[in-house]
Amino acid sequence: MDLVVLAVGAIFVNNLLLAQYLGQCLFCGVSNDLRNAVGMGVSVIFVIVLASLFTWLIDRNVLVPYELDYMRTMVFIVVIASLVQLVEIVLKKVMPALYKALGIFLPLITTNCAVLGVALLIVNQGHGFQQMLVFAAASAVGWALAIILFASIRERLAISHVPKMMQGTAIALVTAGLMSIAFLGFQGMTG
Amino acid sequence: MHEGGMFRETFTRGLWKNLPPFRLTLGLCPSLAVSTTAENALGMGLSTTFVLVFACLFISLLRRTIPGTVRLASFILIVATMGAIVEILLKAFFFPLSVALGIYIPLIVVNCIILGRAEAFASKNPPSLSLLDGLGVGLGFTTSLTLIGSIREILGAGQWFGVSVFPGWFEPLAFMAQAPGGFLALGLVLGLMNWISRKRGEVFVQG
Repeated sequence: MDLVVLAVGAIFVNNLLLAQYLGQCLFCGVSNDLRNAVGMGVSVIFVIVLASLFTWLIDRNVLVPYELDYMRTMVFIVVIASLVQLVEIVLKKVMPALYKALGIFLPLITTNCAVLGVALLIVNQGHGFQQMLVFAAASAVGWALAIILFASIRERLAISHVPKMMQGTAIALVTAGLMSIAFLGFQGMTG
Repeated sequence: MHEGGMFRETFTRGLWKNLPPFRLTLGLCPSLAVSTTAENALGMGLSTTFVLVFACLFISLLRRTIPGTVRLASFILIVATMGAIVEILLKAFFFPLSVALGIYIPLIVVNCIILGRAEAFASKNPPSLSLLDGLGVGLGFTTSLTLIGSIREILGAGQWFGVSVFPGWFEPLAFMAQAPGGFLALGLVLGLMNWISRKRGEVFVQG
């Protein structure tokens, strides 16, 4: 039951994108097109879960026992960067179709603050193994949900009349703000 | 262009033409997340400037040593080292600020502004120019962050740097201090900047 509450909280109440602002750069970059947004969403879910698993294991078994926690940021970023490279190589060999679909999105994810952000949040909140997996997956699903919803709205925006000064990123940010207000409504749903 | 003009041009570019996070839509996460009050925004801006200036300096000094193929990995390591230094310094000397900024301090490392400047400028230019470029972009970022922070703090809490600025009848718009306020403030300020640029007849490409 606790795990369900944790998952709902991570998807809706503390939505990675709309409440914690993580993964913004990609959000503005690839949300023009629904197909790209879906591809990106799937890749991010995949990478966040894998990266959280590895960083959690390293943190528990190496950094904490040897009191190296001041190295955490550096170690995490190296782990995430090499993991993305590795995933790219393995996918290319094993599942060429999926690799083609995710293709250009994978390298972009390395500098996505959402990946490092989730890894750090998990360590800061002291989650156990099961909680860690649920939290990582739910946060990533929340991000994917937000970007897919947003991409659908932006496809509509492209054909509507926007005042000249608000065109482009400006109107996108205001739209995100309105979505964020809607997501505020979920607050208080979980304890 | 003569020497002095080039230095000035490098420095001032970050303050209007390339002003992050408006003109370069990079580094959005910290701009939105920590700009709930002017003080937090200023602290975040200065921390980012510190990382940016030193990362640009060292990357520029090492630009002939780092092989092209492992360029990005090396840049990230240099930036992460600077990030760790800032994290430790803040914990030691500005503890309340480091608690308020939370995980967004280590996240400076993945701020795309820094890697962007490293790749676009510091890896191709001499140390003195790279330092100025980092300083210009950093100060521009700090100014923008403080501006957004001020708007959100004044409207969301009726205060500026913790001092009340409105008479008693003012009802603060609580949502400005919460998540939606960041998006709205940034979007509206960006719209205003577009309007000013249009008036002055400037042409720029956003992105």
